[in-house]
Amino acid sequence: MKSEQSPSGGAAGTSRRGLLKCMAWAGTGVVWSLSGGVPRTIGLLGSAAAAEMAPSDLTFVQISDSHIGFHLPPNPDPTATLAEAIAKIKAMPVPPAFLVHTGDISHLSKEEQWDTAEQVIRGANKQVFYIPGEHDVADADNGKAYLARFGKNTQGKGWYSFDMAGVHFVALINVFNFQPGFKSAGLAVLGDDQLEWLEKDVAGRPSSTPIVVLAHLPLWTIYEQWGWGTSDAGRALGYLKRFGSVTVLNGHIHQIIQKVEGNVTLHTAASTAFPQPAPGTAPAPGPMKEVPAAELRKYLGVRTVDYARSKGGPALTDSTLVG
Amino acid sequence: MRTIRSLSEWRLRLGLILGGLGMAALLAAALPAIDAGAAAVAAAAARTATIQIDNFRFTPPDLTVAAGTTVIWKNRDDSPHRVADKNGTFASAALDTDDSYSRSFATPGIYHYFCSIHPYMVGTIVVK
Repeated sequence: MKSEQSPSGGAAGTSRRGLLKCMAWAGTGVVWSLSGGVPRTIGLLGSAAAAEMAPSDLTFVQISDSHIGFHLPPNPDPTATLAEAIAKIKAMPVPPAFLVHTGDISHLSKEEQWDTAEQVIRGANKQVFYIPGEHDVADADNGKAYLARFGKNTQGKGWYSFDMAGVHFVALINVFNFQPGFKSAGLAVLGDDQLEWLEKDVAGRPSSTPIVVLAHLPLWTIYEQWGWGTSDAGRALGYLKRFGSVTVLNGHIHQIIQKVEGNVTLHTAASTAFPQPAPGTAPAPGPMKEVPAAELRKYLGVRTVDYARSKGGPALTDSTLVG
Repeated sequence: MRTIRSLSEWRLRLGLILGGLGMAALLAAALPAIDAGAAAVAAAAARTATIQIDNFRFTPPDLTVAAGTTVIWKNRDDSPHRVADKNGTFASAALDTDDSYSRSFATPGIYHYFCSIHPYMVGTIVVK
């Protein structure tokens, strides 16, 4: 199977070495691309499957974990870095059709924090699809405020789906009803109601429909000790595996990690506020407060998801806030 | 003249204070049972225990207290945390850095709680 060069300027092909090279760039602050191999589903599927895919022409941007209201090292002003992310989006040569925010918009579920976030994000002049992070449902009423504000036209605890340019988007919510970690790992849950809804939502769609799944916590277990996973994610991915291209975008862990499972590629995103440590490299998953101010923007970023110039699955480009 | 006026004012105030004390003493003498009960409640209310939250941990994770004790959780971490009973009988809102949450445990029992933002953070309170 021939691998393809990234269409968005990344130097890496599909080789593991190329990917690692890109990963190394993350630390140097160069605007970098991760579009080699791993996220490019077409290369993994082969041309026959790719040819069957519905044509689409779509570019959108993912931002995540803005944590408006956070005020400690390494970023006392996450509103400013969110504004930088929006400025970066506005300057993109190919304007995105819309934005998705994969949760933790606010730090503490306060109306004024969402006000600030929305005010800044509106500067992009784009439609925005939001999902909550656990920090957005941390009010005493367990998410009532978020759902009142952002949950219009959603199902259950805020899940929904929509279509754009032939791509089917599913926004899953895994920040309610966490399992306490007494006997289990303390992972996130999608829950039976949502999973049944998902099964019905995708049931009648042709397998050639490209699928994008939005979720806050990862839909695979990245690090159980820190609760970085969703216990019933396997069931959700089971309903999706017949589709030729499934791209799962999530936030929560404030760093970019990827996984491929058949036709499903899973991608965690950078934060616009502060980085968190790589799994197991610190006593706890809190903010990396030791990051000096001059280095902070190397860890923050936005992601472009581009179906326009590829034949099947999307090309993903992660850009840091440097420059 | 000023000094004298001032003295008389003091005398008046002293009288009021002594009068008040006398009233309290009378009440205490007349109602000894109620007074003792109030004292017991006051003593119980004064009993507190503190759990520190730092580095994504409740410390101590297991705590045994007498019935009537008020448990105070203090968030010393640079991440917000919550305190939620596994069975849903109590839950705090998100506690920012340096915020506290307190709850009085009147009924003996075993209470398993966790942080509903970071559910792998767990703790247990035994009320005797």
